[in-house]
Amino acid sequence: MVSDTLTSSLSIVGPEFILAIGAMVLLMVGVFSRSKNPQLVTSLSVALLIIAALWLVFIAPQGIAFNGSMVSDGFASFMKVLVLIGSASAIVMSAAYAESERFNRFEFPVLIVLSTLGMLVMVSAGDLITLYLGLELQSLAIYVLAAINRDSVRSTEAGLKYFVLGALSSGMLLYGASMIYGFTGQIELTAIALTLAEGERSLGLLVGLVFVLAGLAFKISAVPFHMWTPDVYEGAPTPITALLAGAPKVAAMALTVRFAMEGFLPIAIDWQQIIIFISIASMGFGAFAAIGQTNIKRLMAYSSIAHMGYALVGLAAANMEGVRGVALYMAIYLATTLGTFAVILAMRRDDGPVDQIEDLAGLSRTNPVMATFLTMMMLSLAGLPPLAGFFAKYFVFMAAVEAGLFALAIIGVLTSVVALYYYLRIVKVMWFDEEAKPFLPAPIELKVVLWVAGLFVFPIYLFVGGPVFSAAGAAASSFF
Amino acid sequence: MTDWPILSTVTFLPLVGALLILFIQDDNELARRNIRNVALLTTIFTFVVSLWIWGEFDYETTNFQFVEEAEWLGTGISYRMGIDGVSMLFVILTTFLLPICVLASFESVQSRVKEYMIAFLVLETLVIGVFCALDLILFYIFFEGGLIPMFLIIGVWGGKRRIYASYKFFLYTFIGSVLMLVAMMAMYWEAGTTSIPELLAYDFPASMQTWLWLAFFASFAVKMPMWPVHTWLPDAHVEAPTAGSVILAGILLKLGGYGFLRFSLPMFPIASLDFAPLVYTLSVIAIIYTSLVALMQEDIKKLIAYSSVAHMGFVTMGIFAANAQGVQGAIFQMLSHGLISGALFLCVGVVYDRMHTREIAAYGGLVNRMPKYAAAMLIFTMANVGLPGTSGFVGEFLVLMGVFQVNSWVAIFAATGVILSAAYALWLYRRVVFGALEKESLRSILDLSRREKILLYPLIVLVIFFGVYPMPVFDVTAASVDHLLNTYSAGLEAASSVAEAN
Repeated sequence: MVSDTLTSSLSIVGPEFILAIGAMVLLMVGVFSRSKNPQLVTSLSVALLIIAALWLVFIAPQGIAFNGSMVSDGFASFMKVLVLIGSASAIVMSAAYAESERFNRFEFPVLIVLSTLGMLVMVSAGDLITLYLGLELQSLAIYVLAAINRDSVRSTEAGLKYFVLGALSSGMLLYGASMIYGFTGQIELTAIALTLAEGERSLGLLVGLVFVLAGLAFKISAVPFHMWTPDVYEGAPTPITALLAGAPKVAAMALTVRFAMEGFLPIAIDWQQIIIFISIASMGFGAFAAIGQTNIKRLMAYSSIAHMGYALVGLAAANMEGVRGVALYMAIYLATTLGTFAVILAMRRDDGPVDQIEDLAGLSRTNPVMATFLTMMMLSLAGLPPLAGFFAKYFVFMAAVEAGLFALAIIGVLTSVVALYYYLRIVKVMWFDEEAKPFLPAPIELKVVLWVAGLFVFPIYLFVGGPVFSAAGAAASSFF
Repeated sequence: MTDWPILSTVTFLPLVGALLILFIQDDNELARRNIRNVALLTTIFTFVVSLWIWGEFDYETTNFQFVEEAEWLGTGISYRMGIDGVSMLFVILTTFLLPICVLASFESVQSRVKEYMIAFLVLETLVIGVFCALDLILFYIFFEGGLIPMFLIIGVWGGKRRIYASYKFFLYTFIGSVLMLVAMMAMYWEAGTTSIPELLAYDFPASMQTWLWLAFFASFAVKMPMWPVHTWLPDAHVEAPTAGSVILAGILLKLGGYGFLRFSLPMFPIASLDFAPLVYTLSVIAIIYTSLVALMQEDIKKLIAYSSVAHMGFVTMGIFAANAQGVQGAIFQMLSHGLISGALFLCVGVVYDRMHTREIAAYGGLVNRMPKYAAAMLIFTMANVGLPGTSGFVGEFLVLMGVFQVNSWVAIFAATGVILSAAYALWLYRRVVFGALEKESLRSILDLSRREKILLYPLIVLVIFFGVYPMPVFDVTAASVDHLLNTYSAGLEAASSVAEAN
């Protein structure tokens, strides 16, 4: 019996298993290979992530593993594919940058793989312990990554800041989890839901819920737990920022959705208020705080805060349309973010990388292709049709309207007008201003990411939007 | 009638041209000439194809014609195209004005020709799409998408304050539209469809209509633009390049009026009736106030921009008069204003290209050196004033007639606007064209070139033709307008019978 459960469980968590073993093997390869150049490990890690993704899509069965500790359903698969795409792209985009900034150590891709493993565990977490396990594995790897450029004070500072605040939020999350356990006697999300459906909810449980949501809000950098985001985004090496803005956000959002929908749907009315507050605060703060930014990485930090607010609009609706909206939102957000960071990473002059918005001045003359793509990314983030970002916003707001949350939807669209202002500023700098010194030619891997992401945002999404939408719908239906 | 998806063809033909241009290198004069020619040929070809729509158009039916339907992006977004008598002529107007815009930019735009032409072609696709869309969200996509190329046109090729103007244009229109988007979502959940024909048949509850109407109003009133949210328009017009002003005044402003006709009036009849006094008030204020403002302008373009706001006041008034004369007049006024204001901006462009200033004070006595120009401008000025025999008269007269039946005070106040418009237009003409040629800089100014004649003469012909014989327009719109008004009154009756039953 035991071995039966074990074999079936192992086949369900196949992708995680591959990554875990693969990361250790890569570590060995890195340590014992004679060459100082981490090219081999870098390319192997990308291959590893791709294998895991293929395995996930084509081989790994869905089901419940380890007696409910890990859940692999449609939603998990959808989000995991996004996570793997995000991480793989981040490694690909880091290659040239790491080399020129001299932190091209083999630990770098291995840590990303480990962090990705943590994200996959988060997405699949079926109980509070797995939840914490995945979250910590993901975070610990990223703390190190943020500080990996030891020669740079800012990078070290970013890593430390992220670590201290992250530890605090983990503490809150753990405390909340223990409260939930204390008041329900369960750690498994489905069992918690059953208990809640039967009995009355107690105040202690709500306190636990609030603490866990606070911890999760920290991970997705939603207001009021966003303080670390701008500093870490700005201070961390840009490839790490590219990673941070993509895959971990997707994983944490997936975790939040699973935690709320699978574990606490019976008391949705209680957490909905919290999510609505967080969502409005994030949208509003992200929109207004970004206006004054001059550093594009910092701007992207505020932008990502706002975007988590928009995604949470879908969760606040607490219905099938809402979850579908969140899944779709994260997919489109990921593509847009990766494309944007491909441009930011390509912002290099002879004297090193630059990250001020002014540096983009006149890009439409010096590099029209890149300028066009970045324009599309910015307008997509702003949510303008016919770019993909519009459809992302459309579906989450539609869920909110269906749930009767008109105020939330209206505040959401109005903040998107404010946000449009700062996205337009980047467009303006690129198209209307006099040209600055041109950038160095972008390395090929950045161009590939940029072209793929850019064309996805427009016009490919207009053609594949239907299937993507049904995939998101199938993912969302795993909760209902 | 064939099964060929003619509407999609017309809509996306300009994109084909844009793609072609994308692959032309923009590095020498020859290449730039190629780009201009490709753009011109594309727009002319699109215009010719679109005439085929008119040829095949069925004047009798009130249904949507040339309908195309396809599943698209999942819940609430399908691809539906189709036109009726209300929208058809706007499609033709668009395809007609675009070659003129392109040709008008042949010499005045010398930098970044490639991007410029691409922006115009993309804009054409999006605008035609707005008029053809039969799905709420598809409509919204085209409606909003049009902001992007226009933002770039104003911001890249505009005048000194182009950045301010482009931001103002974008943010004003966007803030109105997002509210409309929320309303559209609410309509979807209420009616279960985003198909415009089905929504036209659906009776929204009265309480909901109020909110939906206000949300749509927020979007279309900014777009029209109505007083007091018109302030983006003078800025955008002044800063935009000539062709940008032409397309802005000629077509983009019509999106608002078209929206009122397509959505507000037939879908929310109760709210339309309730809010009609508000619309009248705003329209009358717009007509009188902006005419007075126009009197005091020192910049030619700004003056014409304010006059556009005043003329759009007639349109909104006519639409919400909700009778055959009012609505027919409003549609006619929009079409005719598309021609006239476009032509006036072209006239400004002619002298601007020569003198690089739009100050009224910098001109005077042009008639001595430019008799042909003076004649053309005279005709358009008269048409703008609404002189009988020009198309401007027909629209204003019908609107006033329609409004008079509903509310004579509104008609009386609005009629004073006609007088004011004569005052500012004629005064402008006197200051620019008549008088002695005193300015040293104007002594060697040249009359219309061959290209400029090609631009202006067809417009003169059309303005006079439709002024004398407007029936081609009314033949197209009659059936659809009747149908629209029937839907409107049926909606009101249904509501009143419900009220009685209660």
